[in-house]
Amino acid sequence: MTRNELLDLYFMDARAKLIDIAAFLDRLDRGTGDADFRLPAFLKAMEELAGNEPERARNVLLSLSDPTTEPIAKAPGKGAVGAWMNDEARLSTLS
Amino acid sequence: MVSRTTDDYTAMALAGCAAVCEPAFWAGFDRSGPQGFYDYFCQLTDYEPKRAAKFGLPHYSWLCINPKESEDMKLAEEVISIIPEFLARPNVLGIGEIGLNKNTRNELKVLEWHIDLAARHGQMILVHTPHLEDKLKGTRFILDVLKADKRIDPARVIIDHVEEHTVGMVLDTGMWAGMTLYPESKCTSARAIDILENYGEERIWMNSACDWGISVPLAVPRTALEMRKRGWTPERIEAVIYGNPLRFMSQNPRFKL
Repeated sequence: MTRNELLDLYFMDARAKLIDIAAFLDRLDRGTGDADFRLPAFLKAMEELAGNEPERARNVLLSLSDPTTEPIAKAPGKGAVGAWMNDEARLSTLS
Repeated sequence: MVSRTTDDYTAMALAGCAAVCEPAFWAGFDRSGPQGFYDYFCQLTDYEPKRAAKFGLPHYSWLCINPKESEDMKLAEEVISIIPEFLARPNVLGIGEIGLNKNTRNELKVLEWHIDLAARHGQMILVHTPHLEDKLKGTRFILDVLKADKRIDPARVIIDHVEEHTVGMVLDTGMWAGMTLYPESKCTSARAIDILENYGEERIWMNSACDWGISVPLAVPRTALEMRKRGWTPERIEAVIYGNPLRFMSQNPRFKL
């Protein structure tokens, strides 16, 4: 498909999602208290959008992924939260 | 489909779905013991096929203890021990969805047990990969364990829930890749088509999540509509959404449409 055909198909949807993200960040600014590790992880992942290679989706996913290579001793629960909490962030959350 | 209503079966039949393929799954709560799994396997292999048949849909299933309950190794061992008596049932296609959830040592051990079970009984394998931040690491572990067992034929394994950061490593092993379409996580229709266009259409299928959470049983037909908008021909769409699952599952002679 041409770029303009893709714009015809997806621009309005992407525009709405972009404004949603902007509003989400504004909402967080208006919130009270400290944000946990998810906000810096989100902001760091957003940096991938500025890349020039067509691998932005992959790179955003990699940015939000656990990069470690050893199995963990015990499951902390069943769910996932969408961003990986490194040791530094975990300590910060606990303090 | 055990957590869905008959309205979903009606909608799927109307949309042209040809069969239902349902892996053993976490119930949304932990079952209290092996007897709960025994009842669940009876449901998947007896009652649910009859319910689907009322809507003209052949029903197939995969059996295992889901990774979300694999942390309890004693329970997992007991559940795995009862699976063989169900493997001869006519709608069972293999072992699944096995895999990992939080990438723990116990989950890895139970994954190895499941793979051994599949190898000893000549079963196909359907693998669940972890969610969100755990997917990359877990997919690597899963592929390493599967590759290490030389009894396993990669062509008879499908690694499900791939996304942009895991699909390449899965296809490189010779295994199949599955994309699960979910409204809130995993993969959207647009991204699934992107992945097909970037990684090829040979060994990838799409599936609609139909569990107890927010999910859309008609996600695959909706993606087919989006493929048409993207300029895909009807033949190319058919080859991916129908031909690929047919090709993979027909490796088990029980699977007939």
